Parts: sequence; structure tokens; C-alpha cells
Amino acid sequence: MPVIIIAIVMVGVLTLVAYLVLLERWISAWMQDRIGPNRVGPWGLLQPLADGIKMLIKEDIIPAHVDRVFYLLAPGVAAATALLALAVVPFGATVAMPLPQPDVASYTAAMEQYQTAFATDRCVIAPGVDIGFLFTFAVTSLAVYGIILGGWSSNNKYSMLGALRSSAQLISYEIPLGMSVLGVVLFAGSLNLETIVQDQVTHGWNIFYQPLAFILFLTGAFAECNRLPFDLPEAEQELVGGYHTEYSSMKFGLFFLGEYTHMITTSLMVSVLFLGGWHFGGLTTFPGWTGWAIKFAVLMAKLGFFICLYMVIRWTIPRFRFDQLMHLAWKTMIPLATVNLLVGLFVQEFHGERWWMTAASIVVFVLWGLIELSQANRKINAPVRRVSGIGIRASGVGPVLPPDSRHPIPDSRPTVV
Amino acid sequence: MPIAAKDVKWVSTPKMGFSDLLYFPAIFSGMGTTLKHMIGPKVTEQYPEQEPNLPANYRGVHRLNRDEAGRVKCVACYMCSTACPAHCIDIVAAPSPWPDREKYPETFVIDELRCIYCGMCEEACPVDAIELTSLYDLTGLSREEMLFDKEKLLGVFDMSTKESAAKDPVRTHGGRLSVASEPGKK
Repeated sequence: MPVIIIAIVMVGVLTLVAYLVLLERWISAWMQDRIGPNRVGPWGLLQPLADGIKMLIKEDIIPAHVDRVFYLLAPGVAAATALLALAVVPFGATVAMPLPQPDVASYTAAMEQYQTAFATDRCVIAPGVDIGFLFTFAVTSLAVYGIILGGWSSNNKYSMLGALRSSAQLISYEIPLGMSVLGVVLFAGSLNLETIVQDQVTHGWNIFYQPLAFILFLTGAFAECNRLPFDLPEAEQELVGGYHTEYSSMKFGLFFLGEYTHMITTSLMVSVLFLGGWHFGGLTTFPGWTGWAIKFAVLMAKLGFFICLYMVIRWTIPRFRFDQLMHLAWKTMIPLATVNLLVGLFVQEFHGERWWMTAASIVVFVLWGLIELSQANRKINAPVRRVSGIGIRASGVGPVLPPDSRHPIPDSRPTVV
Repeated sequence: MPIAAKDVKWVSTPKMGFSDLLYFPAIFSGMGTTLKHMIGPKVTEQYPEQEPNLPANYRGVHRLNRDEAGRVKCVACYMCSTACPAHCIDIVAAPSPWPDREKYPETFVIDELRCIYCGMCEEACPVDAIELTSLYDLTGLSREEMLFDKEKLLGVFDMSTKESAAKDPVRTHGGRLSVASEPGKK
């Protein structure tokens, strides 16, 4: 039974990835006032097929200067870890795993029954995994190996720089990503994703109770996927292609596959952790296969929403500079995630209502804005800031001496046009 | 030129306000812009189906104009081939069989691959015999095919003025020969 589910999920995900590439091209085109791919098949719907054929039959070049073992290993690691992470993520209707029983034997029996039963509400490859999303986090953080190995073994400066940036970025953003979810875990009382969904069905979606955690998680997920505005590892304008500069043909395709699978996984994770997974008001109360179809559709709609959000954000926000990237992770997101977790602990300890977290999230967020405001203005008013100003002359643009620097601009200064 | 202090304009990093530091107002307004463009009018030209709307002074393939009697208008004066910076026009002149001019081109060949489509020949021609049309999709399977001789260039004239899809009407002096070609007024 699991084999069939794995096969279905694999085929589904690979097809979805192919069509996500088409969707990305469409959305990119529409935002740039273009039409987008529309030549292959009706409305360009067969474009993924053409892309796939192109990827497969292209000449597969392995440069002479690469470290062959790791060069060949890297795309495999990137794609495999991304696909492996889907193992515990629900993709449709689920039920919570059985509660602890009075004795081990009955618990084992209950788990056995839960994990092997054929039912319409077991839409997970591996149901009832206690460590739940810890597994997903562990596996997705391995994806950085794909990038580092690829960048290092390519023996190319640009690839290397991309890989280095990527390692720093992924390690930094794993921390707020993990810490923001701890608040959710505190209230659900389990790491298991099916149980977290069940908790939200009972108490309401986590996004309403922990909006701050949702924002932190979403931002961290963007960074984990190397998507704009966090796509420094593959910044085309600076690094040619980043860590996959030296890759061609299907090996490049595997990196691509890994990136898009990552998008699917993180979108599903956001939906499951914060938007109640398959749950949507009274719409998801139908029994049997109708209910299964509706729950599946609801979760896929949430997935689609986040995927589209990824793509819209891509063309909305420019790429961060590296110091801004690190500033956001270490000086903004990690403190905020810590405070969020502390607030969660307080609410749990004093048996508070869940909406306390909502209020606390908003207060913390606004307070943080005020702290940043005082910091930002202090920096701008400092005299050191003025020195780095750029003067614009009537004849052109260029750095010139500041007006308050006791060095009058000499008349013989060469004109910069 | 020395730079006076008053010519220097100082700019500093824009001051970040509270809403800027919260990031989200800026992100949402940015998303508003991108989403507005998603549903806005598209600028793409669907090329093979939708032909571009070229301006009348577009410099495409040449043509040799005909006069009112349907004869070639050219008087083989070599002005165009002299003016041509790419040396792509080859003319062989012969005594005119018609009484209204001294010479006519026995052969008139333009190498369309050498041509840089600068329009100097059109400028130089004293009798408005050579003109550039708005034909832009010039293709051929061999270099020889791209050597346009007199018949072919006259064919371009017929195609670009007479056919139903003609987009290049005769722009100057109709089909009439100009004074330069009239024997009495040399």
C-alpha cells in the first residue's frame, strides 16, 4: 500500500513540478505585461513536455576540471532530499494519530491499525511518525549539501561563491524557521503533522493565534527554497548561474526539480502548520470519498495559493544584499522567534487563552518596529553616515567630498561625465 | 570644467519611517503593483500571425520604381552605387532604347546581404527610381538567391504597390520621370 502511495505522490509531484515551471513562466510574463508560453499545445499547456524533452536530450557536458564524484552526486542529493522531505507531509485528508494508551501493547496495536488501515483519510506516505516535521526539517536541511557539493566540486569561482552564500543563508534561516514552529508545537502538544492539523480543526487555525510565527515561518521558508528575495546562491546578475553554473542537461534539471519540490514541500508545510491543512470551515465535514475529494481540493488550493505567493513575491521584492540578509535572520527573525516562543510558554504556563498569543504577536511586532525605528534614525543622524553620501553634480554622478569636511572642493577637480 | 560648490547636490540615504521598518506595507504595495500588471494590457506582438505595424520610413528591401509606362525609372547614373557605403549595388549601363533618356540600366544588381539598409541610395537617386520598402522578412536559401537583379527589384515594386496587401505606395513624384531624365533639360 505505501508503495502505491509513494508512486502516486512521486508521479504527482514530478508532474506538478513540470507545470509549476510553466506557471512560473506564465506569471512572470503576465507581470511583465507579456503573454508567456502559448505555442506548444493549447495555451502552451504542453510546454513542460517540450522542456522535459529538451532537458533530457541536451548534450550532457562534464567539464574536465570538476571533481567527478561530488559533481555527479550533488544534483542527486538536491533532488533526493527534496523528494524525501515529502514523506511525512500530509497531502490530503488525515486523522490524528492515536493517543497514548494505558499499556504498550494496546498502543502498539492502535498504531499498527492506524498505520496500515486503508481509509480515505490517510493521505500521508508515512502516517503516524512521532517526530513529524522534525524529519522534514532534518531532511530539507540536508539539501544544503546538494548545493555545497555542487558549488565546491564545480571548481569554479562563481559556483563556489554561490555555494558559500547558500550555506550561510540556509544555516541562518533554519533557526527562526524551527523556532517559529515551536509555538505551534506547544499548543498542539505533538510534532506529528496529522495531530497538529487535528488540533487546528478543534481550536481554529494557527495563523489566527500566531500570526507572527506564521510570518517568520513563511519568510524562513522563502529563504530555505532559495527563492527571491533570498536567491543569493544563484544570483544570475552576480554569479553567472550560482552553484549550478557548470551543470547542463538533466543534471541541471535535477537541481531545478529539487528547488520546485522544495517549494511544494514548504507550501504544504505552511498550509498544514498554520492554515489547518485540509480543514476549511463546514466545507470539509462530508464523509467518504466526497469528503476526501473536498479535503484534497482544499489543501491543494492552499498549496496553490502559497506557490502563487512565491511567484508574485519573486517579481515584487528585489534581492537582499548579503549584510541585509544576515541582519534580517540574526537581528530580526531570531529575536522575534525567541520572544514568540517565550510568549507561548507564558500563555501555556498560566493556562491562558489562545487569543492571548494573537494580541501578543501584534504587540511584539509593533514594538519591534519601534525599536528598529529608533535604531534606524540614530544611524542616519550619526555624522559618519554623511561621509558615505553620494554627490550628484550638474555634470554627472560620482562620489565627492562631503560639504562639511573642511576640505573645499578644488577648482581643478577633473570633470566626471 | 571646475565644479562650483553650488553645483554639487547632496543626497543621503532616505530616512526609514515606521511603516517602512515593518516591511509589510511596502511589500503589499509592491504586490499591488505586480498584480495590477498581471491583469493589465499586454504588449506582446504575436509575430507570425500579427504583423508588426512599421512606420512609413522603415528601411527594408529595395525596389526599383516603374514610370507611368511601366518601364524602369532608373537612368543608370551610378549615383546610388557611388553613395553606397557597403558597395552592394552593381549597375551596367547601356544606351536607352527609349527617346526620353540617354541611358538605362542593362543590369541592376543589389546584394541584399551586403547592404546595410542605410537608405543612402534612396537619398542619392536624382530620379526617385530606387526606394526602400517596409519589407523586413527577407529570407533565402543561398547567397545567389539574395542577389536581387533588375527583374526582382521591379517585382518588389509591383508587390509593394499593386498587390492587395501593398503597404508602400509610391512616395515621390508618382510614376512620372523627373527633370533630370528629360533630355532637353540637362
